[in-house]
Amino acid sequence: MEITTRSLWTLIHGMGFGALYLLACSGALVELWRRYAPSAAAPITTRDERFLRLYLLAMAVLAWLTVLTGTYKIYPWYRATPLAGADLTGFPQRLLMSSPDTIAWHSLGMEWKEHVAWIVPIAITMAAAVALMYGRNLRRYPELRNAVLGFTAVSFLAAGIAGFFGAMLVKNAPVSGGSTIHMVQGERE
Amino acid sequence: MRTPAHPVSAAGPASATLTNGAGAAAILAAGIGAFLLAVFAIVGDKVAAMTKFFIFSKTTGPLSGVTTCTIVVWLVVWAVLHVRWRKQTLALARINTVAFVLLALSLLLTFPPIADLF
Repeated sequence: MEITTRSLWTLIHGMGFGALYLLACSGALVELWRRYAPSAAAPITTRDERFLRLYLLAMAVLAWLTVLTGTYKIYPWYRATPLAGADLTGFPQRLLMSSPDTIAWHSLGMEWKEHVAWIVPIAITMAAAVALMYGRNLRRYPELRNAVLGFTAVSFLAAGIAGFFGAMLVKNAPVSGGSTIHMVQGERE
Repeated sequence: MRTPAHPVSAAGPASATLTNGAGAAAILAAGIGAFLLAVFAIVGDKVAAMTKFFIFSKTTGPLSGVTTCTIVVWLVVWAVLHVRWRKQTLALARINTVAFVLLALSLLLTFPPIADLF
């Protein structure tokens, strides 16, 4: 069982940071919606407050790691230019653009993904900063809480768009190559 | 948009002088940042000189400059608004509306068929 370094980075970016962010979104939305609603009866404890702050902070870190690894580690491999006549399997963008059946995965999918994904760290960094500044007082300021909730929801949507196209791009033209990492030595049956 | 700062009735001493200005600054700055991302992406795609300008990293191409400029401007706007608003209580409904409109526009303007209309 082996994996190339480029595939490993793609996994870390998409299934590690990106997927974890998407999973975390649902928790943040539920927490903000229920516990921080102005009409909520249960008091917000110091523990609840610390939890929300750390949770949103962790989401912000995940969002930044996702876009930075995507933009500066994987995207250069995706958009690399081949020499004339080269095998396009190692050049995903050119491979997709070489066929009318797949070109939209690049011209629509990647073009949207590469920009919309950057909305995520902006939105969730704001949410984390507001949670850090206001903590349990978010319940006292429903408009602040609504903005944090709304921006978190939009970040979920943007991350979902980026994640969907990321998965489809990997399916149609995977980023591959680099050195090979041997993980498990199998035995022939 | 501004109203004089007033103390918030609060249980804890930390919230006794809390205003919504710092939160408003973060929210509006995030809306502006997201919108600028879309604007820079369109400009970087349509204007040849800007495409070249945005190539901060040769391997990543114009995306490196588009995102770096967005982050820098967003943080500067946030810092300026924070300094100006942190001790004030503002009409947050209007600020939220503006921020959400800018956020919605950023989603729309990054969508290639819409970006290509410019």
